[in-house]
Amino acid sequence: MTSELLDRLTVLAVILPVTGALVCFLVPRSWRAGVGLLVSMMIALTTLVMAFALMAVGVGGHEFGGWAAPLGINLRLDGLSCVFLLMTAFVGLPVGVYAAAYYTCPDAHGGARQLFWPLWLFLWAAMNGLYLSADLFNLYVVIEVLGLAAVALAVLSGHSSALVAGLRYLLAALVGSMAYLLGVALMYGSFGTLDLYLLAQVIEDGFTVRVAFALMLAGLMVKTALFPLHFWLPSAHASAQAPVSAILSALVIKASFYLIIRLWVDVFAVSVTYAAGQMVGVLGAAAVIWGSYQALRQKRLKLMIAHSTVGQIGYMFLLFPLITVVYAGAGEAPWLIYAWTGGIYQALAHGFAKAALFLAVGVYVLAVGNDERDSMVDLVGRLPMTTFAIALAGVSLIGLPPSGGFVAKWMLLKAAFASGQWWWAPVVVWGSFLTAGYVFMVLRQAFAPTTQRVQLRPVPRVLEITALLLAVGAIVIGFRAEEVLILLDVGAPFAEAVDPEQGGGP
Amino acid sequence: MTDNGWIPLAIVASSLIPGVLIFFLAEEQRKLRTTLNLSGAILKVFLVGVVFLGYLRGEEYAFRYNIGVDLEFFLRVDLLALLFAALSSVLWLLTTLYAIAYLEGSAYRRRFFGFFSLCVTASTGIALAGNVVTFFIFYEFLTLTTYPLVVHRGTEKALQAGKTYLWYTIGGGTVLFVGVVWLFVLAGSVDFGDTELLASMADEHGPQLFILFWVLLAGLGVKAALVPLHGWLPVAMVAPAPVSALLHAVAVVKAGAFGILRIVYDVFGVELAVSLGVLTPLAVLAGVTIIYGSLRALAQDDLKKRLAYSTVSQLSYIALGAATPGMLATVGALAHLVHQGLMKITLFFCAGNLAETLHLHKVSELNGVGRRMPLTMGAFTVAAFGMIGLPPIAGFVSKWYLGLGGLQSGNPWVLVILLSSSVLNAAYFLPIVHAAWFRPPDREWHTHRKSRFLETSWMLLLPALATAILSLAVGLFAASNWSVLDIALKIAEGWYPQK
Repeated sequence: MTSELLDRLTVLAVILPVTGALVCFLVPRSWRAGVGLLVSMMIALTTLVMAFALMAVGVGGHEFGGWAAPLGINLRLDGLSCVFLLMTAFVGLPVGVYAAAYYTCPDAHGGARQLFWPLWLFLWAAMNGLYLSADLFNLYVVIEVLGLAAVALAVLSGHSSALVAGLRYLLAALVGSMAYLLGVALMYGSFGTLDLYLLAQVIEDGFTVRVAFALMLAGLMVKTALFPLHFWLPSAHASAQAPVSAILSALVIKASFYLIIRLWVDVFAVSVTYAAGQMVGVLGAAAVIWGSYQALRQKRLKLMIAHSTVGQIGYMFLLFPLITVVYAGAGEAPWLIYAWTGGIYQALAHGFAKAALFLAVGVYVLAVGNDERDSMVDLVGRLPMTTFAIALAGVSLIGLPPSGGFVAKWMLLKAAFASGQWWWAPVVVWGSFLTAGYVFMVLRQAFAPTTQRVQLRPVPRVLEITALLLAVGAIVIGFRAEEVLILLDVGAPFAEAVDPEQGGGP
Repeated sequence: MTDNGWIPLAIVASSLIPGVLIFFLAEEQRKLRTTLNLSGAILKVFLVGVVFLGYLRGEEYAFRYNIGVDLEFFLRVDLLALLFAALSSVLWLLTTLYAIAYLEGSAYRRRFFGFFSLCVTASTGIALAGNVVTFFIFYEFLTLTTYPLVVHRGTEKALQAGKTYLWYTIGGGTVLFVGVVWLFVLAGSVDFGDTELLASMADEHGPQLFILFWVLLAGLGVKAALVPLHGWLPVAMVAPAPVSALLHAVAVVKAGAFGILRIVYDVFGVELAVSLGVLTPLAVLAGVTIIYGSLRALAQDDLKKRLAYSTVSQLSYIALGAATPGMLATVGALAHLVHQGLMKITLFFCAGNLAETLHLHKVSELNGVGRRMPLTMGAFTVAAFGMIGLPPIAGFVSKWYLGLGGLQSGNPWVLVILLSSSVLNAAYFLPIVHAAWFRPPDREWHTHRKSRFLETSWMLLLPALATAILSLAVGLFAASNWSVLDIALKIAEGWYPQK
């Protein structure tokens, strides 16, 4: 019974946003926000019920038309997908509320703001589709849709800076999906199937497979903006409007990151080597240092946050060297679960914290009129809620307890020590230190007194509240990792290998 | 095992909840804010009292909560936790009273009192933490909640001080983070008091444990202001007086010192620490800090700065005691944890009174001030004499035990350090006392009076007098049952198994 429910829900999670997008496109402009929010709530509810159903019955999905793979197209839901779906829904919902109020502000007028809701719901559909697809070609289609919808949202304001950045973003997205598609073609040529789990059964390590994997990996890394392929991210994320920046930075890049994990552990497990893991890790480490350092140097807040995303993405990629030891034949490996949790928790915590940060800074920008850090003086007394949101989100980004970011960094650091790969430890710590630097530079400004007080423009209260809610979310997930871990455990690649209860012993 | 788990949780919550609520009040809701603050503070003292009595009856108080995998949030009451929690809660109550009067009429009081409550939440959390992770969580929470207090005035100087403060404490925090994770990987989730596991590893992992000890100590040393990690403390003086008072007596510096005690006695255990050979270098470091802090204090004309360097010096008595093996030294360290808090908070209250009532900030301005503010200077004198180590004030008791401990463990140089520190303490405190009482005033005092009968507002005066009397009382009644000294003895007995 419940597995049937799960089956329906997975379909609903994709159909709902697509239908919502179409409806939003057709209804009069003044209705769009209302319809969009209603649909968002329905998706969030669907995802939540889906999570409970998943925990009750285990891995499930839907076969379209009743055809099993390789003939049919499958949707598949496991713990990993579900965590990302939940993050998308519960970051996406407050961002939607924020957007509804944001686009009523005179500052956000102009451009094609009426297209926000259809595009955002399309984007959401693409993301949900990506988390649920179990087929390489399907995945190609959804990442293409995802990329196009994301670029369209990024240029919504119509400003020339946004258009230039958007063009670069489009180029990166297309190059990325081309590389991925080439890889898919190679795989299909070799094995004649595109279903992830059928592939996993028949795959044999070999030159073609490695080339295909390298191509797909490179393509997805461009889309995830892993150093040094991040060139497009800072300008695109910084020039978009506040709710869009939040969506792009918090959610969109996580989609391609998820796909890398999926391919790495579920499909190409035979081809990944210790060296490959280390190489990805080095790129991640470089991203942490470079991104955080660049963020420290920025004078404009939105650029700072965008660079901070580059750094935080780096942390997520430290997952790969830490889980790849087992393939080198290391047998018993209690740290796998830490690394796994750490990497995914980092994606999760960053989702909440970064969305909160972009939304909160959006409030600052609306109130002050520009996003220069130097003009953000003396705001702590006048916009206390927003400043508090920035502080809380910052705490999670830095990785200070108690917060989601802390759990993530704790697990990663622990995995690094336990697996003997202690060389990642300085990266984790130094990155935190740099992050503390840029977060507190903003807060310091907010506390600074000023002789000539600028009159702040009024900002809708709901903007402040949604930013704070997301920031609180980033903290709260640090209090209760247990449920997320149980969820992640459903169909996890290391579930049998490691019992979390036994972890920690010498 | 969650026995009476809600009580330790309630002790922490009794300041957390008012703290959070205060942020939602309007700036003008002064009465409600004060009520919230004071009822939280009184409730906390009451709860600590209840737990204390319960503990005597042999009840256990523990609260466990699993965050995920092996990250465990664990609050537990033991005697050391009680000692520190009692100190924090009593001093918080007094400081809250003081702060309400001190900040009367200034801007952003809502923010101040909000973070002030959160800061005490962190320090009671540190007190009740039952394992290393929980300790670390509250330790970092303390950094975050004290930053807004340090920069509260918002002046360029305050912001600069805040920046220095943050670099030091975040730096220390990240080092501690590495240490804590390392400890975890070696020994799993270490509850305080479980020293056997680590001790059993001494043969196999000796060098690793040696490095680990110093990594942990480097992290804690920042807040404990051990030379050369003390740089933030004198700078952080720009904060308002109640903040300095709390920072120097219980919150930040004590968190570091308390952490050192926990690491030495409850994680490594004395035997292991001795066999690793980490205690002697720590003792030397503490000795250097004691002398260095006193020497620097001697040269300061700014009263609060002089007190700050004095804190650097006095605080290391605790580290010195922890680093001197032997029960008597341990007793001295534990007693000083409380005694120093009582005396130092008195001194800062008095300095704040002088600044707030007469706008006196420098030592050289204090001639004859004893006639204008006899009660304040009386309290100051008691605390200063205690710092020097004159019997029967609290400071004497702890110095006595530290000295005995030095001799007992065969380190007579400890006694030399203590004596020279006492001489230096006298050299920087006695001139103040002398000037205040025996020199003629060289200026007209501001005639504006805050109170008709008293020298200043009663809310400023009462806390200073109360802590002065307390520091006298804990010295006078040191020999009685359940005095601070007695509790210190009982804690130390637990750490030194009778052979």
